[in-house]
Amino acid sequence: MSEPILQVRDLVKHFPVKRGVLFRRTIGQVKAVDGVSFDLNKGETLGVVGESGCGKSTLAQVLMRLEPATSGTAMFEGQDIFSLRGAALRKLRRDIQIVLQDPYTSLNPRMTVGDIVGEPFEIHPEVAPKGDRQAKVRELLDVVGLSPEHANRYPHQFSGGQRQRIGIARALALRPKVIICDEPVSALDVSIQAQVMNLLAELRREFSLSYVFIAHDLSVVRHLSDRVGVMYLGRMVEMGTEQQIYEHPTHPYTQALLSSVPVPDPSLRGQREIIRLTGDVPSPVSPPSGCRFRTRCWKARDLCATETPPLVDPGTSPVEGATWPGGDEGAAHPSACHFPEEKPKVVA
Amino acid sequence: MSTEGQSAESPNPSPLEDPAAPAVVQQGSEPLLAVSGLHVEFRTQEGVARVLNGVRYHVDAGETLAVLGESGSGKSVTANTVMGILEMPPAAITAGEIRFRGEDLLTASASRRREVRGEGIAMIFQDALSALNPVFTVGFQIEEQLRKRRGMSRKDARKRAIELLDLVRIPNAKGRVRQFPHEFSGGMRQRAMIAMSLALDPEVLIADEPTTALDVTVQAQIMDLLAEIQRERNMGMILITHDLGVVAEVADRIAVMYAGRIVEEADVHSIYRKPGHPYTRALMDSMPRLDQRGQELNTIKGLPPSLTAIPEGCPFHPRCPLAIDLCREKDPELLTIAEGRVSACHRSDELMRDE
Repeated sequence: MSEPILQVRDLVKHFPVKRGVLFRRTIGQVKAVDGVSFDLNKGETLGVVGESGCGKSTLAQVLMRLEPATSGTAMFEGQDIFSLRGAALRKLRRDIQIVLQDPYTSLNPRMTVGDIVGEPFEIHPEVAPKGDRQAKVRELLDVVGLSPEHANRYPHQFSGGQRQRIGIARALALRPKVIICDEPVSALDVSIQAQVMNLLAELRREFSLSYVFIAHDLSVVRHLSDRVGVMYLGRMVEMGTEQQIYEHPTHPYTQALLSSVPVPDPSLRGQREIIRLTGDVPSPVSPPSGCRFRTRCWKARDLCATETPPLVDPGTSPVEGATWPGGDEGAAHPSACHFPEEKPKVVA
Repeated sequence: MSTEGQSAESPNPSPLEDPAAPAVVQQGSEPLLAVSGLHVEFRTQEGVARVLNGVRYHVDAGETLAVLGESGSGKSVTANTVMGILEMPPAAITAGEIRFRGEDLLTASASRRREVRGEGIAMIFQDALSALNPVFTVGFQIEEQLRKRRGMSRKDARKRAIELLDLVRIPNAKGRVRQFPHEFSGGMRQRAMIAMSLALDPEVLIADEPTTALDVTVQAQIMDLLAEIQRERNMGMILITHDLGVVAEVADRIAVMYAGRIVEEADVHSIYRKPGHPYTRALMDSMPRLDQRGQELNTIKGLPPSLTAIPEGCPFHPRCPLAIDLCREKDPELLTIAEGRVSACHRSDELMRDE
């Protein structure tokens, strides 16, 4: 196991809800991220999955320091990224970059592709001296599978997949160590999505990058991730290796999420056990007490309303009646549920 | 659901008309809805975009046809043409037929088309927020058609609207009927739109990417609801989607579209077992799967063609791994490759033969 490059502890981000014109009063808090902890190891991809509104994008924004954190720490190579200022912060920005979801709005339509990809060098001139920049931009375009001649064109002349490649080239420009991918393929068609996912996997190998890979599509996350964290209403509810989460999920939310994903095999129709959640995700302004999933959970008891289940290892011995197939691979992993239990055959 | 039709028909004093009407037109083996040879162009400043190039498909009562394709393949344009809500100009229908119970809708009068819309064929859209009018209550929007088309009183229409919201399982329908679309969550808006489309008891329901904007757990709820309603009412359903997973779970037959034409059509089981067109096969191979962790995904090289400059010959040939000279010269016809299966590929025989 390699050492962690990014250690996030008890990260909280609340947005105030204000009312009033002259005298703005805070009438509540949107608890977008509410106590998230994880480690990202070197060269690893940590997948973060969850439904819309669970706080995954806020997590990305806070880690990029695009939004200030309400509390908590995030250590990157021994430094707390939330306490950095000035030159140290600028240096950090070289090391952590982001790829955004919408390739249509995340590129400035008035800049050429060359300018977009080369802009990081303007801000960080120490990375590439002026004379080198053109060559660097061409090289970057080549790396992401675009032709160097494309540098003089504008974003609207490209398709969605190509634009996402431009966004990736921009993120790569400063040779970062960590790239946060916030839904990088969800706006793309299936055939294009596969191209971009392969590119991301290839770049990780080539530049020994670490990814925080945020997506709502569970199949996409499984494909690229080494470890996966499942988020629900601002909290991580389950965390484990890709194998543990997809083959041996123990949190009822993860199980429901996995069983909701349609499997592209008509012969399995009616053969899978399907867990259907009722209702919608509660509002993050006033999340349920105790376990946040209890309002939609079929296992909820009184305990769930009063006590918040911590994200801890449930111990190596399985819950009575449940089995842990697969030996070591299926070993217990952190699950924030009072009654974690493996359900066989959630995923086909 | 047995109360369904009764309250809707109650203001109609001649019950004899209703059962008689379908019996007359249902003669012969015409499918419920059949599209054939449909050509649609968009005349833009950059030239003529040939958006539909001979689309054909049909759907029977009680059947779900999935129309699968990537963005720009013409799935939604076909649906909008069938509904008669295509904006003309810039669009122009240059050829084709749309037969509903044998009657060609393209030559029908505007008033006849309005009759079919809603009562014969209804549609639900991808983005419920923009499909619903933000300044009217959800109830009003459902009631409007009941009052205008069925001549119901406000009171009856309200009663029926509540029943419909109940049917699509919106909790507290009585209270919700007075609310505005922005007070509904994404999943509930989609339910409200389904309720609206069912108000006039359509025979065919076109669902254009009904769950694309929704989360998986809500998507599963909506797809279950649609499947159940379709079964109960024996409706024909056209499900437009790009999601191979959703298709596998609900469709009976699949029509795959590429560059404004159908490239393959087959029943759901055989197409997943063995795709009969290289595009279908590539699409399936390029999809990450939940139940397996692959190393590298197979991709389809290149991009879908621009509709203002569709390649000569087979439109898929620049991206096709099986392309031969013939493919560059001659556009393949949609031919039968097995019982109940058609494919537009010069090499479909080989595809069907090899493992």
